[in-house]
Amino acid sequence: MAESSGITAEGIGAALKEKVGATHVEVEDLSGGCGQMFQAVIVSPQFDKKTTLARHRLVNGALKDEIAAIHAWTPKCYTPEQWENQRKGG
Amino acid sequence: MLSRTALTSAFRQSSRHISPRPVVTSAAAWSPSARSQQPATFRIQSPQQLRFLSEATRSAIEKAVGTKPVVLFMKGTPDTPQCGFSKASVQILGINGVDPDKFAAFNVLEDDELRQGIKEFSEWPTIPQLYVDKEFVGGCDILMSMHQDGTLAKMLEEKGVLVPVAEEETQKGDRS
Repeated sequence: MAESSGITAEGIGAALKEKVGATHVEVEDLSGGCGQMFQAVIVSPQFDKKTTLARHRLVNGALKDEIAAIHAWTPKCYTPEQWENQRKGG
Repeated sequence: MLSRTALTSAFRQSSRHISPRPVVTSAAAWSPSARSQQPATFRIQSPQQLRFLSEATRSAIEKAVGTKPVVLFMKGTPDTPQCGFSKASVQILGINGVDPDKFAAFNVLEDDELRQGIKEFSEWPTIPQLYVDKEFVGGCDILMSMHQDGTLAKMLEEKGVLVPVAEEETQKGDRS
């Protein structure tokens, strides 16, 4: 942990549930150990009627410190309804 | 629909020819500390090193955002991107047929003040960042999803920043 960014998928997931009211979170650490690259599926009713940009801004604001410490951050934001459709479709 | 390959190659050709110009412009307009050489290594920024955005930096960024209708802040240059996300963003703009004459790229790795300042200016934590008509559009994944659902092509066309269809066939004549 000492030489990594100190950011973990679990930490990001917990912050998202707390700060953007995420009902479902899948955070994936793609960094191979250094904790620099994360991808996340975030489902929250707060995304309703928001553009992609607005959703990302909401998430980025909630994870300001975490994102500042990593290199790559790829959030995918869905409302509960969209997520449901996504799962049915996929 | 227009042919993708034709547009891509048109963009590539022109961008090879044109990309040094925006980068040079940016270095000249950007700041006295702008270096033409790239730093040999990536400098790691910790959150503690983030600064308040000074008036001078803010106005320099405002100027940069307004240099062309389409402005990309990226790591590296369009010809030699230094990050996969920056590379993907340049490719997406190319595939969509953005006119190189209406496009400028700023290499944030050349200037630390720009690199940090643009994040604060846009209130966006990552690079690349795309501006169209001085308006922040988003980063790589937003570009990617807009490309996939067709909203990017629509927006770029409405803004009139694509290579005119007739012009790409012939060699570039004069523009009105």
